[in-house]
Amino acid sequence: MKSLAELQAIRDKARASVNIRENAEAETRVLVGMATCGIAAGARPVLNAFVEEVAKRGLKDTMVTQTGCIGICQYEPVVEIVTPGKEKVTYVKMTAEKAVRVVNDHLVNGNVVTEYTIGANAIGAK
Amino acid sequence: MFRSNVLVCGGTGCTSSHSEQIIEKLNEEIKAQGLDKEVNVIRTGCFGLCALGPIMVVYPEGAFYSRVTPEDVPEIVSEHLLKGRIVTRLLYQETVVDENTTKSLNETTFYAKQMRIALRNCGVINPELIDEYIAQDGYAALGKVLTEMTPQQVIDTMLASGLRGRGGAGFPTGLKWKFAAANAADQKYACCNADEGDPGAFMDRSVLEGDPHSVLEAMAIAGYAIGASQGYIYIRAEYPIAVKRLQIAIQQARDYGLLGKNIFDSGFDFDIDIRLGAGAFVCGEETALMTSIEGKRGEPRVRPPFPALKGLFGKPTVLNNVETYANIPQIILKGADWFKSIGTEKSPGTKVFALGGKITNTGLVEVPMGTTLREVVEDIGGGVPGGHTFKAAQTGGPSGGCIPASLIDTPIDYDNLIAIGSMMGSGGLIVMDETTCMVDIAKFFLEFTVDESCGKCTPCRVGTKRLLEILDKITKGNGTLEDIDRMEELCYYIKENSLCGLGQTAPNPVLSTLKYFRDEYVAHVTEHRCPAGACKALTNFHIEADKCKGCTLCARNCPVGAISGKVKEAHVIDTEKCIKCGVCMEKCKFNAVVKK
Repeated sequence: MKSLAELQAIRDKARASVNIRENAEAETRVLVGMATCGIAAGARPVLNAFVEEVAKRGLKDTMVTQTGCIGICQYEPVVEIVTPGKEKVTYVKMTAEKAVRVVNDHLVNGNVVTEYTIGANAIGAK
Repeated sequence: MFRSNVLVCGGTGCTSSHSEQIIEKLNEEIKAQGLDKEVNVIRTGCFGLCALGPIMVVYPEGAFYSRVTPEDVPEIVSEHLLKGRIVTRLLYQETVVDENTTKSLNETTFYAKQMRIALRNCGVINPELIDEYIAQDGYAALGKVLTEMTPQQVIDTMLASGLRGRGGAGFPTGLKWKFAAANAADQKYACCNADEGDPGAFMDRSVLEGDPHSVLEAMAIAGYAIGASQGYIYIRAEYPIAVKRLQIAIQQARDYGLLGKNIFDSGFDFDIDIRLGAGAFVCGEETALMTSIEGKRGEPRVRPPFPALKGLFGKPTVLNNVETYANIPQIILKGADWFKSIGTEKSPGTKVFALGGKITNTGLVEVPMGTTLREVVEDIGGGVPGGHTFKAAQTGGPSGGCIPASLIDTPIDYDNLIAIGSMMGSGGLIVMDETTCMVDIAKFFLEFTVDESCGKCTPCRVGTKRLLEILDKITKGNGTLEDIDRMEELCYYIKENSLCGLGQTAPNPVLSTLKYFRDEYVAHVTEHRCPAGACKALTNFHIEADKCKGCTLCARNCPVGAISGKVKEAHVIDTEKCIKCGVCMEKCKFNAVVKK
């Protein structure tokens, strides 16, 4: 160890893996439906994409976690984003690629990706 | 990138209740479910709530599972880790609000009143990975000291913080460093006393098991402050997990160049070696400890000269306790004023206590100084279990004394405890209820000091033995009132004429129980009665005829056949044959068996 900068670099790198242990009371919660229906529809790559993207963006106040079946199994993988004081947003038929965009647009910039939400998809389905 | 972290306690308590197997099983199941790239299993240090071990915490949810068994693991993996459904039946019940909500661990009564400085990383990081320590601002204090501060500034910060030695005596740490720094020598040493020997105390072990790097970092800071280039950690061989983690930590710190030559390019060299103690209580005394490191028989020597002038190998040495060191990186990073704002005026900061005895939440707690004993016992500790009442708490182990129920609102700090005839000690806190006999407790501690006296000074070697004999006589009902007076006189004689802390404090358990529970001693002597019903020689078991239904359960279970009686008729215990094992009392469904 020759400099503080070197220590700081190790710190920043290691921080990501430790952060998750302090986020239990995070503001924004990303809930990925991981019941049998969700897993069968491919929820796991979605969950992992959220975890990675949130870490990459350094979103300290966001916790990515799993939840059970919400009851709309035909729309799985379902992802709910809960932010205190705002209406819950439900994304349906998610993929890893869509997840990246949701993190980008919704979590970072605050713009709900309307075309992935249940409202848009339920009408489109008819 | 892991989406979930599973933290399993790897402290000694949880390890002894199979946390190793739980980790193995977890890894196995996680692999079987194909989650090994998503879930990270981490073995941490002690969480503190040892009574509920083995403990497992799953993040990001922060689900706190208690009393987990290897058999529970498949369910946790398939339900929680795979499907995201928390296994409610295994949750620490206090964290369960209703079916779907849990509250954070920090809101439970056990953790709410705690403040964790020395234990801040215990149960949070993997103690075998230096990167996790660095992620928690580890080694930033050493970096700050070496690049921005002079040794004098470090000492000034320590003096200003008011940090006092957590080993028990409470000597100001800054002052110790100042003296050692002032003595010029070609070689100095910064050592760590990890020879935790009090029965019932395990905070130093837990710090070393859960956060070994904090001690290494602080030792290097001490080395810089006093001008030492070598450190030794004297730790007892009975702490194998702590020793192993220290060895790993030292190696990792060397690999990163945080120990060794020219640390942070500052020209400062410092390295640390471990010395194992064979488990002699006296080697926790500073001069005996250093004599032992030198390879000689661990016996104390006369002070002065103090170690700051002539310590290890005759060179200026500072010797601090594990918990003291664990506070130091935080003081450097957050400043002396921050530290002074915690605790009481004369005892700033926090203190870790090992809660044991008759208490619901056996475990490790860290509270600001000045917290009352009531808060520690009733709120954090969850009170005395089994409907019993709090009688007294023993602090400071064999060197300390007891605090009776009448003083339960005493704010705990160094000076208050001394004032009421006890002492902080290293932090063991043993809770006793009305079934604990105070004479018996004094006898227990005296048995310990008789065993552990090194034998150098006659008052300690012979005096404690005589004390024990008198106590034994009293608990057998053969004591006299003169014995009590003679014992008291002997106590003061031993205290005044012993060389080291062991002898000077050995009579404390007797003196403090005499001070607050003299009536119990008198009852043993004059009435041949043990009020707590603990001294076997003085208690007899009886069956109350009106309560006995004649079910014969006691008679069938008595190992020596001392109970006689016909079916459906009152039974009788033959006190001559009775060995007072208490089985009849345990078995009786009608509470007909009483101790008198």
